[in-house]
Amino acid sequence: MRMLTCGADALLVEVATLDQVEWLYGRLCQDRPRGVVEVVPAARTVLVGLDRRRTDPARLRGEIASLLDSPAPPGTSGPPAAATRASAPAPSVTVPVRYDGPDLAEVATLAGMTPAEVIQRHLRSPHRVAFCGFAPGFAYITGLDPALRLPRRATPRTRVPPGSVAIADEFTGVYPRSSPGGWHLIGRTDLVVFDLDRDPAALLTPGSAVSFVEADPARARR
Amino acid sequence: MTAPRATPEPPAGHLDVLAAGPLATIQDLGRPGLAHLGITRSGAADRRSLALANRLVGNRPHAAGIEITYGGLVVRFARAALIALTGAPCPLHLTGRPVGMDAPIDVRAGALLRVGPPDRGLRTYLAVRGGVDVPAVLGSRSRDTLAGIGPAPLAAGVTLALGRESADPPVVDLAPQARYPLTPTLRVVPGPRDDWFTDDSLARLWACDYEVTARSDRVGVRLSGPALRRRITAELPSEGIVTGGIQVPADGQPLIFLADHPVTGGYPVAGVVVAEDIPLAAQCRPGERVRFQRYRP
Repeated sequence: MRMLTCGADALLVEVATLDQVEWLYGRLCQDRPRGVVEVVPAARTVLVGLDRRRTDPARLRGEIASLLDSPAPPGTSGPPAAATRASAPAPSVTVPVRYDGPDLAEVATLAGMTPAEVIQRHLRSPHRVAFCGFAPGFAYITGLDPALRLPRRATPRTRVPPGSVAIADEFTGVYPRSSPGGWHLIGRTDLVVFDLDRDPAALLTPGSAVSFVEADPARARR
Repeated sequence: MTAPRATPEPPAGHLDVLAAGPLATIQDLGRPGLAHLGITRSGAADRRSLALANRLVGNRPHAAGIEITYGGLVVRFARAALIALTGAPCPLHLTGRPVGMDAPIDVRAGALLRVGPPDRGLRTYLAVRGGVDVPAVLGSRSRDTLAGIGPAPLAAGVTLALGRESADPPVVDLAPQARYPLTPTLRVVPGPRDDWFTDDSLARLWACDYEVTARSDRVGVRLSGPALRRRITAELPSEGIVTGGIQVPADGQPLIFLADHPVTGGYPVAGVVVAEDIPLAAQCRPGERVRFQRYRP
């Protein structure tokens, strides 16, 4: 774990694994040190924004270090992340999916399995939002079956339709609205994951458990 | 500074936009604390100038005003109003009569305000007593130009309601501002990824002038100058970004992130411009040069 200077008003805490990011994010949400105004998890880092009138970087470094001391963060020898993760209060979200995405067949070929098996593996895995980014409400959802890990498409699409359910690398996600995108599109949901006219606007927040379910099981039996 | 002005509270009215110039958006102090949902703070690019404009008309600090990019705004006030313009100094005409920057201006019903192109700087702020009253989105009236959140950029024909939300009678009559330097020096705290660049590259960053390019916008000031070469060429997993971060994409040409920066990015950030100097960065216009100075807070 390293704490990197990020200007006078933030620290960037770098850890070794996504599990450790989730753990630290949870701890910082639960036990927010004084003067912390923003906590932004990402793939291997947690950005901690501070209010210089209420704390200073040196003091905050010490407080984060002591958070990390007890209990021990998940490591290679420790218990699995889910067991030690101090979860942020985040709801669980069910995402009904029609698995008819334009890349489903290609994903199956690349993963060496049938499309039905891709669907089953995507449905079965326990998923959780690790962090958000790219666009408002776009969640990087972790827990993807390792057999489905594929690099992004060589050529990103200029327009991905809203509600597209996609996979790339170790993540799955739902495009909140029409945008460019390089992930493999395996399905579509009618669930609106980001809506500025709703409170909360974002359904998929860091720490949320996510269950993908088949939207139209009758269709799957065909 | 003088005693409080005895300004009668004008009834809330509206203003009509006759011309918006290259880009005019409604901005307040933004949406802090939502980056973990993928939502950036946004708000005025030069927060200091918006804050001053609000103070001059007795608004609360978070009141929404208009951020004018390179002048060109023409508005008509339906009712009497108290206004102030700050930031990049522009020639101002109120129904043909020249008026000044950085001071409260009494506006009569039906008056026409014309904002010319600035002599220096890029962004000018118009505050109206009571604030611009458009619906808030996630607690802010700011336009986030990257995500497309918040009120649409102004266009000719748009009518903006004015609010009644003001704090106190204005107490400042004139707040003269220093001229913008032609080649500003921005103080930069090295990191978090300065170690990803070669020593030579970092030395050039501190020693050389960089030119502001025309591709600059509210997302960032895009620069052109000696390229920064990487020592570590691995791919950087996306990480959180702060305003003022100097990111170096694959072509080695740095950019300084402003208010509408993405919440995360996958290119290393060599240093961060201190908050106090971000207003200067936000006022840099294409063709001008900037310098960076290493700074330890």
